[in-house]
Amino acid sequence: MMLIKNGRLLDPASGVDRVADLLVEGDRIAAIGENLPADRADRVIDAAGKVVAPGFIDIHVHLRVPGFDYKEDMRSGTAAAVRGGFVGLVCMPNTDPVIDNAAVVDHVIHLAEREGLCRVWPAGAITQGSKGEKLAEMGEMKAAGAVCVTDDGRPVASAEIMREAMIYARQFDLMVMDHAEDRSISGGGAMHYGKVSALLGIRGMPSTSEEVHAARDILLSLETGAHVHIQHVSSRRTVELVRWGKQMGARVTCEATPHHFTLTDQIVADMNYDTATKMNPPVREEADRQAILKGIQDGTIDIIATDHAPHHIDEKRVEYHDAAFGITGLETSVGLAVDRLLRTGLIDLPQMITMMSTRPAQLIGITPPALKEGAVADITILDLEKTWTVRAEEMASKSKNSPFIGWTLTGAPYATIVGGRLRMLDMKVIAE
Amino acid sequence: MGGLKRKDLLGLQELSAEEIDLILNTAEALKEIVTRPIKKVPTLKGRSYVTLFYENSTRTAKSFELAAKYLGADVVNVAVGSSSVKKGESLRDTVMNLNAMGLDGIIIRHPQGGAPHLAAQAVSCSVINAGDGIHEHPTQGLLDMLTIRQRKGGFRGLKVAIIGDILHSRVARSNIHGLTKCGAEVWVAGPSTLLPPGFEELGVKVCTRVEEALEGADVVNVLRLQLERMERAFLPTSREYHRFWGITPERMRLAKPDALVMHPGPLNRGVEISSYVADGDQAVIQEQVTNGVAVRMAVLYLLASRGDAA
Repeated sequence: MMLIKNGRLLDPASGVDRVADLLVEGDRIAAIGENLPADRADRVIDAAGKVVAPGFIDIHVHLRVPGFDYKEDMRSGTAAAVRGGFVGLVCMPNTDPVIDNAAVVDHVIHLAEREGLCRVWPAGAITQGSKGEKLAEMGEMKAAGAVCVTDDGRPVASAEIMREAMIYARQFDLMVMDHAEDRSISGGGAMHYGKVSALLGIRGMPSTSEEVHAARDILLSLETGAHVHIQHVSSRRTVELVRWGKQMGARVTCEATPHHFTLTDQIVADMNYDTATKMNPPVREEADRQAILKGIQDGTIDIIATDHAPHHIDEKRVEYHDAAFGITGLETSVGLAVDRLLRTGLIDLPQMITMMSTRPAQLIGITPPALKEGAVADITILDLEKTWTVRAEEMASKSKNSPFIGWTLTGAPYATIVGGRLRMLDMKVIAE
Repeated sequence: MGGLKRKDLLGLQELSAEEIDLILNTAEALKEIVTRPIKKVPTLKGRSYVTLFYENSTRTAKSFELAAKYLGADVVNVAVGSSSVKKGESLRDTVMNLNAMGLDGIIIRHPQGGAPHLAAQAVSCSVINAGDGIHEHPTQGLLDMLTIRQRKGGFRGLKVAIIGDILHSRVARSNIHGLTKCGAEVWVAGPSTLLPPGFEELGVKVCTRVEEALEGADVVNVLRLQLERMERAFLPTSREYHRFWGITPERMRLAKPDALVMHPGPLNRGVEISSYVADGDQAVIQEQVTNGVAVRMAVLYLLASRGDAA
């Protein structure tokens, strides 16, 4: 048994906001109350001054398994998740082989049971091999445990295929996650197309490459009734398009990443072509960042997700165009959300918890973590006052491709409890 | 004469007007050597350099090589086609290995912007950017500036028109940074598909009508049009390009009568420039080539004597 003492229990969805103790027994929350006795507990966590929240979920993570375990593997990826305060994640299917059938879904789920430190829900591919041609076996994948479908990283180029995919996915109640990018516009680019790319002599990826696909898919969602989720919104006009889609009654949701709400393309110049600034979609201009912040504030942007994309040093310590797209995000997400969204007053704590726990769970159709007696004990404890520096050597991920290394942030995850097991305390992973 | 206070020359964006002045003054002094019957001086005797070219080049590679040799240095040329790069060696490993052989400097040309910056961070010797993708070509910018300064006496108040494919031009970028720092008024003109975004914020006048840029210009710098641009959607044909943006004798009448015509070479005659202009009295294209050697001598010398008291 584990007793969490004197924390501020905050679960907006359950209407809980009180300073109290929380007792975990087995994989469940056994009791919530004042002065619960500690004598039967084999571990007591002093949560005084800290916030006890329903467990955080990141629905956009590249675990890289199967096939790319030199970048990340089940253990290191889930270790990074729990170190970052996440009790569960959705892993992307751009693996080798692609997660495009029930057997691979099953493999990932079993691997997670054996080696994972947090919950892992696979996303299945939209098309076979994510080639954008034939539909993948969505029904079987769902039956095997996939929670949504996406061709993340290899966006579906054909509007016709995307339309059929939405019609097909809808009958299985599968959300279609959309990496919105028209490669005929962005192809060959390595950063945002604009003044900075022009100066640095790097081929740019215009914002329209995201916007035309987002517009297309919102319109298709309106027509088909499918739930489309626009991943990693990067442009101000995409925020507008999602806002419009919601007003029109489309089943459209979207996410923003910490790097898109924190950075602009100026970081590429400031970091002197450091490839830890290269990701897709790229970070764009200040007006885009401001629009994303506004979208987070007014609810146009539903959730925070990281697009955690680990890459080996050999894939990053090369010329800018040659470097792999993507940065790690699991271990800096909570810190950036507290530092940049909460402490600036942009959103309040209940909204942050909703965007990082309840709402992501709802999107993928699982029971949201909750601070209720009898609920599964998936809990994230936050230390909003802790000031810390992001250090590569402390990261649990196999890869260190983060532009935030060296940054000092205020606000950190303090403990992660997954199914009643303490998986992280004070930013140290507990693997046994 | 003191050296530059930097290890590398990566671009003109990061140089101050004073540093540019120092390089041009030094180049002017060294230029005389290029015209001597016996050219070798012992200034850099015992120093060694490598030219590491990931893109084809005759003019720039030979210009650097001769510049180093005139100053008495040893030069090794690495042609990437026949090197270990072919075997998959990374840029970082290649330059670290070259550096470990005791070089004083690596002169690098690379198809990607920022590659010299990656190299510079990996090695202790000097790295000189001989053109990185569509980013910068600092010694070309400097040789253009030397040519202008020698002919016009300075930069302040001059109208310099750069014509052509600005988007893909490292020559344009280096010229813009150098010239605006030294007080010239820079205009760029070209087809709208070949104009980069945001250059107005650098203090540059941007237009699509070539006539606007040429009006009253003191210097017309004509860029090479890469013929492969026609293979993508940038331009329909070289014929149409010549009709709207080609520098012809008629268009040159819009510029000042004593305007200079420059071109970084190689020329596409009849495309971006008419032969009547390229071979005319106003053209200083050969002078640019000579100044290229002088400027590169100056850069090698000033980087080699970095840290010497000014």
